[in-house]
Amino acid sequence: MVDVPYEGIPGIPPAEVPDVELYHPRSWWTRYVFSQDAKVIAIQYSLTATAIGLVALVLSWLMRLQLGFPGTFSFIDANQYLQFITMHGMIMVIYLLTALFLGGFGNYLIPLMVGARDMVFPYVNMLSYWIYLLAVLVLASTFFVPGGPTGAGWTLYPPQAILSGTPGQDWGILLMLASLILFIIGFTMGGLNYVVTVLQARTRGMTLMRLPLTVWGIFTATVMALLAFPALFVASVMLLFDRLLGTSFFMPALLEMGTLSKHGGGSPLLFQHLFWFFGHPEVYIVALPAFGIVSDLISTHARKNIFGYRMMVWAIVAIGALSFIVWAHHMYVSGMFPQFGYFFATTTLIIAIPTAIKVYNWVLTLWRGDIHLTVPMLFALGFIVTFVNGGLTGLFLGNVVVDVPLSDTMFVVAHFHMVMGVAPIMVVLGAIYHWYPKVTGRMLNEAMGKFHFWVTFLGAYLIFFPMHYLGLLGVPRRYFELLDTTFIPSSAHSLNAFISVVALIVGFSQMVFLFNLVWSLFKGEASGGNPWRATTLEWQTPETPPAHGNWGKELPVVYRWAYDYSVPGAAEDFIPQNQPPRATQLVQGAAS
Amino acid sequence: MSAIILFLAVLAVIAGWWLSQQRLTAKPWLEEGPAGDFPGGDAITWPAAKIGLGVFLAVASALFILFISAYSMRMSVVDWRPLPVPRLLWVNTGVLVLSSVALQWSYVAARRHDTEGVMIGLLAGGASAVIFLAGQLLAWQRLGAAGYFVASNPSNSFFYLLTAVHGLHLTGGLVALGRTSAKMWRGAEIADMRLSVELCAIYWHFLLLVWLVLLGLLTGWTDDFIDICRQLLS
Repeated sequence: MVDVPYEGIPGIPPAEVPDVELYHPRSWWTRYVFSQDAKVIAIQYSLTATAIGLVALVLSWLMRLQLGFPGTFSFIDANQYLQFITMHGMIMVIYLLTALFLGGFGNYLIPLMVGARDMVFPYVNMLSYWIYLLAVLVLASTFFVPGGPTGAGWTLYPPQAILSGTPGQDWGILLMLASLILFIIGFTMGGLNYVVTVLQARTRGMTLMRLPLTVWGIFTATVMALLAFPALFVASVMLLFDRLLGTSFFMPALLEMGTLSKHGGGSPLLFQHLFWFFGHPEVYIVALPAFGIVSDLISTHARKNIFGYRMMVWAIVAIGALSFIVWAHHMYVSGMFPQFGYFFATTTLIIAIPTAIKVYNWVLTLWRGDIHLTVPMLFALGFIVTFVNGGLTGLFLGNVVVDVPLSDTMFVVAHFHMVMGVAPIMVVLGAIYHWYPKVTGRMLNEAMGKFHFWVTFLGAYLIFFPMHYLGLLGVPRRYFELLDTTFIPSSAHSLNAFISVVALIVGFSQMVFLFNLVWSLFKGEASGGNPWRATTLEWQTPETPPAHGNWGKELPVVYRWAYDYSVPGAAEDFIPQNQPPRATQLVQGAAS
Repeated sequence: MSAIILFLAVLAVIAGWWLSQQRLTAKPWLEEGPAGDFPGGDAITWPAAKIGLGVFLAVASALFILFISAYSMRMSVVDWRPLPVPRLLWVNTGVLVLSSVALQWSYVAARRHDTEGVMIGLLAGGASAVIFLAGQLLAWQRLGAAGYFVASNPSNSFFYLLTAVHGLHLTGGLVALGRTSAKMWRGAEIADMRLSVELCAIYWHFLLLVWLVLLGLLTGWTDDFIDICRQLLS
């Protein structure tokens, strides 16, 4: 009679979902191309994001060639250099990381981890991907239009973003803004799905406090993104008006190429407020899914429950809320009212508290755990180290008096690449090694994986660690070439050349990873349904890769939290979330 | 930016209240057992579409409030010359109110299982929304004819921008309304359509509220209010 309590509980989905509710593809096209299955959409998102991310990787090589060996490569001029910087930053932050974490991992993992058959609005979910693809294509098209892509920097600050003299003033900036607007519309469609699926479609027994931290991270990040992206939308639309219709939202009166521009009175600072009201939460939109995923990787591969689960959940929520009131720490030198800076410095330093709680909890999870140095675990460890590193320099830059001299130097470049470039990418890579067996039914090759990890991890440090030093010397960012500047010693130039060589090597090592992805698809060792012996629901699907509808005839029922590893007295060192309590315990529970 | 911060504070209170019902202080590692044993924290019982609309309204509100934040920051610059608001806007406002009332009526009819009433309400609501949009375009035309172009002053720019964004949201709503009406026309069961009609009505009320706020802003009614808020905050 164990099953009786589950019947008639209001609000909990019935175990058997009527057939009509589930969308069924009828042809090859609707199964693999215009698919409404979240798993297919996830793969589409991931492949598109990876493809455009490779473009951004090549752009970073070109930048490094110029910085390392100025004057050697005649095919790179100053305008192109600015265009490379702009596109590299924009693609990596928005079109790669945001799309991959929320569109890719969100789509694949949310329905499986909460025990749903699919997202709640599959059609809208499909639209979300196709609008994202359109946004990517519009962005990529700027490489081929007259004048090329915009070179305004990824922050697109007016007035310079839309003035003549900035590369891509004709078409580049227009298409960039159009692409951003499309991206935001597409993302909002996807985001509604992720949020409502977590709220409404959790299976029986999956209370909020039994959710894996991956879902908590992606869920909170999506809520933040839904509220932060409108700010970028507003800024983009108004900048588009300024550029196309000659309005003066952001554009002050100024001389453009010797003639007085038609604009007047606009406030560039207003744009910066809007941009960073989006831009700072964006850092955590990328970081929170990484936090969530890495918690699950560490717990699974250390065979130990996550330390302080409740604290981890609260910290995610607290970071999400706090991240909306720190945006002006990007604007200490913008000319805003100086005392604002001290308010924002305070909130910035406060956000370090929940973040530090998370780091301590990861380390304490590892403490006396049964650590398996698998490839996902290596990447997770790499993440912790890199994130601590980037986080500490964040404390430097969060303080006004330290930030002012360091602003616009390579120190800033080093900081944000460590904290929101390398660290989340470590998690992305670890997560791919972790979940690839579920997606394809085959393991990724471990030897290639370890090679990939060590070159990427050590290489990332060799690239970005010296940049801190360059920044302290005063080497500015965004400069095409340094020439003979008295305060920059010649050793700085040698260091730049060294960084460039390592950057090329690390970039090429990513090709090993891409090769591994393709090779393992055909030649990889068969993985079975649960190769890591993990507890969460996605590993308990009846088929691997999961079939359409995920769960066969009946939805799983959840009896426990997501971290029952190495439970004393249990037969195995993990207990899946959908495994019923042992009969003896049930009897005791009934008696008490 | 204080408007959007206030809005987020309100959202945070709502989210905080909801989270406080979810037993976030539970110790899940001790709570092994079947679903019913630990009340609280289960999935929300509302239909997905209704929650989806609620989340979307929060996103759309954030969008409009960010526009309003930008408006209030830009209007403090000296070159701001308030726009004489065309009288036609009052007629348009009346039409939009009618549209909202018609959809509410349709929803009430749906609760009474009155198919004909639902149909009349939907059509009246849709038609008056179209008239509202046409009226807005006419207002644009009149302003243009009087020499108030989009780029001649930031207050003009904001007028065109805000009315356009509001109009686009209403157009999107018309698509949903059209689909609902088409289904009703083809003779769908009224019990199945009740939710769609309800969601249309909620969305219309929301857009009416947004319009009233925008109207207050554009006509300068709320200027004093904004000044008071600014003094309070600085």
